[in-house]
Amino acid sequence: MSEGTVKQFLYVNRKAPHGTVYALESLEVVLIGAAFEQDVRLAFMDDGVFQIMKGQDTTGIGTKNFAPTYNALGDYDINKIYVEKESLEERGLTEDDIMALTYEDEDDDWAEKSSINIISRAEMADLFDSSDVMFNF
Amino acid sequence: MKFAIQINEGPYTHEATDSAYHFAKAAIDNGHEVMRVFFYHDGVNNGTRLTTPPQDDRHIVNRWVDLAKEHELDLVLCVAAAQRRGIADADESQRNGKDADNIQEGFRISGLGQLIEAGILADRLVVFGD
Repeated sequence: MSEGTVKQFLYVNRKAPHGTVYALESLEVVLIGAAFEQDVRLAFMDDGVFQIMKGQDTTGIGTKNFAPTYNALGDYDINKIYVEKESLEERGLTEDDIMALTYEDEDDDWAEKSSINIISRAEMADLFDSSDVMFNF
Repeated sequence: MKFAIQINEGPYTHEATDSAYHFAKAAIDNGHEVMRVFFYHDGVNNGTRLTTPPQDDRHIVNRWVDLAKEHELDLVLCVAAAQRRGIADADESQRNGKDADNIQEGFRISGLGQLIEAGILADRLVVFGD
Protein backbone atom coordinates (compact mmCIF):
# COMPACT_ATOMS: atom_id res chain seq x y z
CA MET A 1 0.00 0.00 0.00
CA SER A 2 2.09 2.93 1.22
CA GLU A 3 5.03 1.23 2.92
CA GLY A 4 8.31 3.01 2.64
CA THR A 5 7.10 6.33 1.30
CA VAL A 6 7.59 9.18 3.75
CA LYS A 7 6.36 12.57 2.64
CA GLN A 8 6.41 15.97 4.29
CA PHE A 9 2.80 16.56 5.34
CA LEU A 10 1.81 20.07 6.34
CA TYR A 11 -1.55 20.85 7.90
CA VAL A 12 -2.31 24.55 7.59
CA ASN A 13 -4.93 25.80 10.02
CA ARG A 14 -6.23 29.23 9.09
CA LYS A 15 -9.70 29.48 10.57
CA ALA A 16 -11.02 30.33 14.03
CA PRO A 17 -11.75 27.25 16.16
CA HIS A 18 -15.45 27.91 16.48
CA GLY A 19 -18.02 29.27 14.05
CA THR A 20 -17.23 26.60 11.46
CA VAL A 21 -16.36 22.91 11.73
CA TYR A 22 -13.08 23.16 9.82
CA ALA A 23 -10.74 23.31 12.83
CA LEU A 24 -12.32 20.27 14.47
CA GLU A 25 -12.36 18.23 11.28
CA SER A 26 -8.77 19.25 10.56
CA LEU A 27 -7.73 17.90 13.94
CA GLU A 28 -9.49 14.62 13.13
CA VAL A 29 -7.44 14.26 9.94
CA VAL A 30 -4.24 15.02 11.85
CA LEU A 31 -4.96 12.37 14.48
CA ILE A 32 -5.90 9.68 11.94
CA GLY A 33 -2.95 10.65 9.76
CA ALA A 34 -0.55 10.16 12.66
CA ALA A 35 -0.87 6.39 12.17
CA PHE A 36 0.72 6.62 8.71
CA GLU A 37 4.26 7.40 9.92
CA GLN A 38 4.75 10.41 7.70
CA ASP A 39 6.73 13.55 8.52
CA VAL A 40 3.96 15.73 9.93
CA ARG A 41 4.02 19.45 10.63
CA LEU A 42 1.17 21.66 11.79
CA ALA A 43 0.95 25.35 11.00
CA PHE A 44 -1.35 27.88 12.61
CA MET A 45 -1.79 31.22 10.88
CA ASP A 46 -4.42 33.90 10.27
CA ASP A 47 -7.41 33.28 12.59
CA GLY A 48 -6.11 29.72 12.96
CA VAL A 49 -3.87 30.93 15.80
CA PHE A 50 -7.03 31.17 17.92
CA GLN A 51 -7.37 27.37 17.71
CA ILE A 52 -4.58 26.87 20.22
CA MET A 53 -5.40 29.76 22.57
CA LYS A 54 -5.30 29.02 26.27
CA GLY A 55 -8.47 28.90 28.34
CA GLN A 56 -11.06 28.21 25.65
CA ASP A 57 -14.57 27.76 27.03
CA THR A 58 -17.43 26.85 24.71
CA THR A 59 -20.11 26.63 27.39
CA GLY A 60 -21.83 29.75 26.10
CA ILE A 61 -22.20 28.48 22.53
CA GLY A 62 -23.01 24.87 23.42
CA THR A 63 -20.44 23.31 21.11
CA LYS A 64 -17.74 20.77 21.86
CA ASN A 65 -14.56 22.24 23.32
CA PHE A 66 -11.95 20.20 21.50
CA ALA A 67 -8.99 22.43 22.43
CA PRO A 68 -7.71 19.98 25.12
CA THR A 69 -7.16 17.44 22.31
CA TYR A 70 -4.24 19.53 21.03
CA ASN A 71 -2.41 18.54 24.23
CA ALA A 72 -2.47 14.93 23.00
CA LEU A 73 -0.58 15.70 19.78
CA GLY A 74 2.76 15.06 21.48
CA ASP A 75 1.64 11.52 22.32
CA TYR A 76 0.96 10.99 18.61
CA ASP A 77 4.55 11.99 17.77
CA ILE A 78 3.31 15.25 16.32
CA ASN A 79 5.72 17.76 17.75
CA LYS A 80 6.51 20.17 14.95
CA ILE A 81 4.00 22.96 15.40
CA TYR A 82 4.57 26.29 13.71
CA VAL A 83 2.74 29.47 14.66
CA GLU A 84 3.03 32.57 12.52
CA LYS A 85 4.38 35.54 14.45
CA GLU A 86 2.62 38.17 12.35
CA SER A 87 -0.74 36.44 12.75
CA LEU A 88 -0.33 36.58 16.53
CA GLU A 89 0.72 40.23 16.50
CA GLU A 90 -2.10 41.29 14.17
CA ARG A 91 -4.54 39.86 16.70
CA GLY A 92 -2.88 41.36 19.77
CA LEU A 93 -1.65 37.95 20.92
CA THR A 94 1.73 36.75 22.16
CA GLU A 95 3.24 33.31 22.72
CA ASP A 96 1.97 33.54 26.32
CA ASP A 97 -1.62 33.42 25.02
CA ILE A 98 -1.23 30.07 23.27
CA MET A 99 -1.26 26.62 24.79
CA ALA A 100 2.11 25.25 25.93
CA LEU A 101 2.04 22.16 23.72
CA THR A 102 4.84 19.74 24.52
CA TYR A 103 6.21 16.29 23.70
CA GLU A 104 8.56 13.85 25.38
CA ASP A 105 11.82 13.45 23.46
CA GLU A 106 12.66 9.74 23.35
CA ASP A 107 16.19 10.58 22.16
CA ASP A 108 16.80 12.72 25.24
CA ASP A 109 15.68 10.52 28.14
CA TRP A 110 12.03 11.50 27.52
CA ALA A 111 12.67 15.10 28.47
CA GLU A 112 9.58 17.26 28.04
CA LYS A 113 10.12 19.81 25.27
CA SER A 114 8.03 22.47 23.60
CA SER A 115 6.41 21.58 20.29
CA ILE A 116 5.74 25.23 19.49
CA ASN A 117 7.88 27.16 17.04
CA ILE A 118 7.05 30.81 16.43
CA ILE A 119 8.09 31.65 12.89
CA SER A 120 7.84 34.66 10.60
CA ARG A 121 5.60 34.95 7.55
CA ALA A 122 8.67 34.51 5.34
CA GLU A 123 9.64 31.35 7.18
CA MET A 124 6.06 30.11 6.81
CA ALA A 125 6.46 30.49 3.05
CA ASP A 126 9.59 28.34 3.21
CA LEU A 127 7.67 25.74 5.21
CA PHE A 128 5.00 25.62 2.49
CA ASP A 129 7.71 25.33 -0.12
CA SER A 130 9.34 22.35 1.60
CA SER A 131 6.11 20.36 1.93
CA ASP A 132 5.01 17.51 -0.33
CA VAL A 133 1.37 17.38 0.75
CA MET A 134 -0.56 20.33 2.15
CA PHE A 135 -3.93 20.19 3.82
CA ASN A 136 -5.39 23.64 4.14
CA PHE A 137 -8.20 23.95 6.65
CA MET B 1 0.53 12.44 -13.50
CA LYS B 2 -1.41 10.76 -10.74
CA PHE B 3 -3.91 13.12 -9.07
CA ALA B 4 -5.97 12.78 -5.91
CA ILE B 5 -8.83 15.21 -5.36
CA GLN B 6 -10.32 16.41 -2.10
CA ILE B 7 -13.71 18.17 -2.09
CA ASN B 8 -14.71 20.11 1.00
CA GLU B 9 -18.04 21.66 0.01
CA GLY B 10 -21.47 20.28 -0.76
CA PRO B 11 -23.24 20.61 -4.11
CA TYR B 12 -24.92 23.75 -5.49
CA THR B 13 -24.13 26.21 -2.65
CA HIS B 14 -20.48 26.43 -3.66
CA GLU B 15 -18.88 25.94 -7.05
CA ALA B 16 -16.12 23.81 -5.50
CA THR B 17 -17.51 20.44 -6.54
CA ASP B 18 -18.24 21.75 -10.07
CA SER B 19 -14.66 22.97 -10.35
CA ALA B 20 -13.38 19.65 -9.05
CA TYR B 21 -15.50 17.78 -11.60
CA HIS B 22 -14.22 19.90 -14.49
CA PHE B 23 -10.66 19.51 -13.22
CA ALA B 24 -11.00 15.73 -12.96
CA LYS B 25 -12.51 15.49 -16.43
CA ALA B 26 -9.84 17.70 -17.96
CA ALA B 27 -7.09 15.76 -16.22
CA ILE B 28 -8.43 12.43 -17.50
CA ASP B 29 -9.02 13.81 -20.99
CA ASN B 30 -5.38 14.88 -21.05
CA GLY B 31 -4.10 11.44 -20.16
CA HIS B 32 -3.65 11.85 -16.42
CA GLU B 33 -4.92 9.52 -13.73
CA VAL B 34 -7.34 10.47 -10.95
CA MET B 35 -6.68 7.82 -8.33
CA ARG B 36 -9.26 8.95 -5.77
CA VAL B 37 -11.84 11.65 -5.10
CA PHE B 38 -12.25 12.13 -1.36
CA PHE B 39 -15.27 14.03 -0.03
CA TYR B 40 -14.77 15.73 3.32
CA HIS B 41 -16.59 18.33 5.48
CA ASP B 42 -19.89 19.24 3.72
CA GLY B 43 -18.45 17.58 0.62
CA VAL B 44 -20.06 14.33 1.76
CA ASN B 45 -23.41 15.81 0.66
CA ASN B 46 -22.29 15.18 -2.92
CA GLY B 47 -22.96 11.49 -2.31
CA THR B 48 -26.68 11.27 -1.52
CA ARG B 49 -28.96 9.64 -4.07
CA LEU B 50 -31.90 11.73 -2.79
CA THR B 51 -30.54 14.79 -4.57
CA THR B 52 -33.20 16.10 -6.97
CA PRO B 53 -32.18 19.28 -8.81
CA PRO B 54 -34.55 20.97 -11.28
CA GLN B 55 -34.49 19.25 -14.66
CA ASP B 56 -32.83 22.17 -16.41
CA ASP B 57 -29.88 22.14 -14.00
CA ARG B 58 -26.85 19.86 -13.86
CA HIS B 59 -27.16 16.77 -11.65
CA ILE B 60 -23.97 17.01 -9.67
CA VAL B 61 -24.30 13.63 -7.93
CA ASN B 62 -25.11 11.63 -11.04
CA ARG B 63 -22.43 13.45 -12.98
CA TRP B 64 -19.79 12.17 -10.56
CA VAL B 65 -21.17 8.66 -10.81
CA ASP B 66 -21.14 8.74 -14.62
CA LEU B 67 -17.55 9.97 -14.67
CA ALA B 68 -16.59 7.33 -12.11
CA LYS B 69 -18.23 4.56 -14.13
CA GLU B 70 -16.53 5.63 -17.30
CA HIS B 71 -13.07 5.90 -15.78
CA GLU B 72 -13.25 3.63 -12.72
CA LEU B 73 -12.87 6.50 -10.26
CA ASP B 74 -12.81 5.79 -6.53
CA LEU B 75 -15.40 8.13 -4.95
CA VAL B 76 -14.96 8.07 -1.16
CA LEU B 77 -17.09 9.79 1.47
CA CYS B 78 -15.42 10.33 4.85
CA VAL B 79 -17.26 8.23 7.42
CA ALA B 80 -16.88 10.67 10.33
CA ALA B 81 -18.03 13.63 8.24
CA ALA B 82 -20.87 11.55 6.73
CA GLN B 83 -22.17 10.42 10.12
CA ARG B 84 -22.36 14.01 11.33
CA ARG B 85 -24.30 15.05 8.25
CA GLY B 86 -26.70 12.13 7.88
CA ILE B 87 -25.14 10.38 4.91
CA ALA B 88 -25.19 6.60 5.35
CA ASP B 89 -24.90 3.36 3.43
CA ALA B 90 -26.83 0.25 4.47
CA ASP B 91 -24.11 -0.97 6.86
CA GLU B 92 -23.65 2.42 8.55
CA SER B 93 -27.39 2.87 8.82
CA GLN B 94 -27.85 -0.50 10.48
CA ARG B 95 -24.85 -0.05 12.75
CA ASN B 96 -26.21 3.25 14.03
CA GLY B 97 -29.79 2.04 14.35
CA LYS B 98 -31.21 4.26 11.58
CA ASP B 99 -34.27 3.47 9.47
CA ALA B 100 -32.83 4.40 6.09
CA ASP B 101 -29.72 4.93 4.03
CA ASN B 102 -29.14 7.46 1.29
CA ILE B 103 -25.76 6.89 -0.31
CA GLN B 104 -25.68 6.98 -4.11
CA GLU B 105 -24.40 3.79 -5.71
CA GLY B 106 -20.93 4.47 -7.06
CA PHE B 107 -19.77 6.19 -3.89
CA ARG B 108 -18.35 4.35 -0.89
CA ILE B 109 -17.95 5.34 2.75
CA SER B 110 -14.54 4.92 4.33
CA GLY B 111 -12.15 6.50 6.80
CA LEU B 112 -9.84 9.48 6.77
CA GLY B 113 -6.95 7.08 6.25
CA GLN B 114 -8.05 6.98 2.61
CA LEU B 115 -7.32 10.71 2.36
CA ILE B 116 -3.89 10.38 3.93
CA GLU B 117 -3.12 7.41 1.71
CA ALA B 118 -4.18 9.42 -1.34
CA GLY B 119 -1.76 12.16 -0.26
CA ILE B 120 1.03 9.60 -0.04
CA LEU B 121 0.32 7.75 -3.28
CA ALA B 122 -0.65 10.61 -5.58
CA ASP B 123 1.80 12.95 -7.27
CA ARG B 124 -0.51 15.86 -6.44
CA LEU B 125 -3.40 16.24 -4.02
CA VAL B 126 -5.68 19.00 -5.28
CA VAL B 127 -8.17 20.48 -2.81
CA PHE B 128 -11.43 22.20 -3.77
CA GLY B 129 -13.47 24.32 -1.37
CA ASP B 130 -12.68 26.09 1.88
